[in-house]
Amino acid sequence: MFQLGPAEWQAIEVTFKLCLYTTIILLLLATPLSWWLAQGRTQFRTVVQAIVALPLVLPPTVLGFYLLITLGPRGVVGQTLQDLGFQHLAFSFEGILIASVIYSMPFAVQPLTEAFRNLGRRPVEVASSLGAGAWDRFRTVIFPLSRGGFVVAATLTFAHTLGEFGVILMLGGSIPGETKVLSVLIYDHAEAMNYDAAHSLSLMLLIFAFVTLFVVYSINRRFEVAKL
Amino acid sequence: MTLYLQAHLRHGKDFELKVNHELPLEGVTALFGRSGCGKTTLLRIIAGLERPKGAVVRFGGQHWQRGRQFLPLHKRRIGLVFQEHSLLPHLSARENLLYGYQRTPPEQRRLHPDEVTAMLGIEHLLDRRIDQLSGGQRQRFSLGRALLISPQLLLLDEPMAALDTQTKREIMPFLARMAAESGVPIVMVSHSPDEVTRLADRVVFMQNGQIQNVETLREALARPDSPLFDDAGAASVLEGTLGEAGEDNARPFGPPEARLWLTSSALAAGMNRTRISILARDVSLSLVDPQHISIQNHLPVTIERIDPPRDNRCVVACRTADGQLLLAEITARAVQQLGLATGKQVYALIKSVALLA
Repeated sequence: MFQLGPAEWQAIEVTFKLCLYTTIILLLLATPLSWWLAQGRTQFRTVVQAIVALPLVLPPTVLGFYLLITLGPRGVVGQTLQDLGFQHLAFSFEGILIASVIYSMPFAVQPLTEAFRNLGRRPVEVASSLGAGAWDRFRTVIFPLSRGGFVVAATLTFAHTLGEFGVILMLGGSIPGETKVLSVLIYDHAEAMNYDAAHSLSLMLLIFAFVTLFVVYSINRRFEVAKL
Repeated sequence: MTLYLQAHLRHGKDFELKVNHELPLEGVTALFGRSGCGKTTLLRIIAGLERPKGAVVRFGGQHWQRGRQFLPLHKRRIGLVFQEHSLLPHLSARENLLYGYQRTPPEQRRLHPDEVTAMLGIEHLLDRRIDQLSGGQRQRFSLGRALLISPQLLLLDEPMAALDTQTKREIMPFLARMAAESGVPIVMVSHSPDEVTRLADRVVFMQNGQIQNVETLREALARPDSPLFDDAGAASVLEGTLGEAGEDNARPFGPPEARLWLTSSALAAGMNRTRISILARDVSLSLVDPQHISIQNHLPVTIERIDPPRDNRCVVACRTADGQLLLAEITARAVQQLGLATGKQVYALIKSVALLA
């Protein structure tokens, strides 16, 4: 049952790359954003928080559609890129990477914001008074004290990107080696009545997803950082 | 050394802070007032944790905040001690203690771990985890950690408010010792008259976000209506040197011309310069030096001021032979009967004395 052909391996590679890059980029973006969100509750912060959470409720096709008309050859971003001598981003790995970052944003931002809120301002103020600059404070106080939040954010981002389908299909299509990720490949297999192949990949994803969530919730219980 | 503060800020509708003052900084300065009067906010402005627009904070000759110029807290070299314990929970007791020391350039280090741990009595606790320390021990580590950055200024935000009475009694001597021995000016937020009379040299009275007045502790205690007096009424604080105990266990306090004898068993041997507090209602006045009386402590004093009676009781301010102020609370009737008046020489009979630090 678990016999993977070259097409499957290629899809696994694309998927893994997409998940890894998305996770790295999102952690870099979400850390300052979540820190800022955790600092208070002004109206502007609430607006930003709502925007970040949009992918949780929107149908992926809506997000994919807007990204397609923005990043595609006629979109603002796509056209500008083409004018500068680059490729537009529809149907490319870079395109679905941008889409993944936006689509998985709430899964990185929410646990981090929660972790930073729980941390409070006291430890940071203490570290400042003891002579620690911004980067020093992050490295020696903020990160170690909200490590659980980072683990949860990274794991959920990775797992959620793995489960992307609608956005990728809308924006990236199904180009082998470029945008054909596991979920799309499973769809293709099922369409082609190739149920055995679809089954083995589906089961793989199912097990992976369960293990991931199990790990997250175990960590969650230990650190009590994020309520999801 | 002075600290110049000019700030105006609002938090919501109810709170407004408006100050424009230059505070002398030697010794311990207490910011005293009810909760909500703005003393903690003022402390946070000094620390640079609040940054009101247009505020000016000048420490000695150095501007910490003026216009666009703003020195962040980690460059101000301020030791901060908060109300509740604020040790970093992921570090051991030792790592907490040394966190700031390691970040202080060696040429700026004036205090070192050995002296500080000895001063605070925490040598034997260094290898403990944070959760194995009692509240008082944690607060001592917080103090030590702040001292070890060799700060130019120590800010204490109600350092004992979260401690129970027993632990307060345990911490108080360490704080007093730290204030005396470290040579670092201290600004302390407090709403407890007890803490202020024990520790402060100067009191900044705050009310409704404004500084009412700045007085030395002595001046603050010389007023019969001082906000520093709690339910027990007016009290005076005498400063003096405590001598060695004689055969009857009594220890002399103060110079021969104004000597008191203290017999408390709580006195640790070898204590020297100290403060005692005497409630005005524990002091009686006599025109002659009475011989056959159980009260042992009689001081010749000169009446300096007699305050108008309240509830038929007058507070009489007397000057001792060594120039300190002693308050006596007696009835208006007694003032009349004895013919007490400013400048008159009388004897103060002191019934009981509380040792402060």
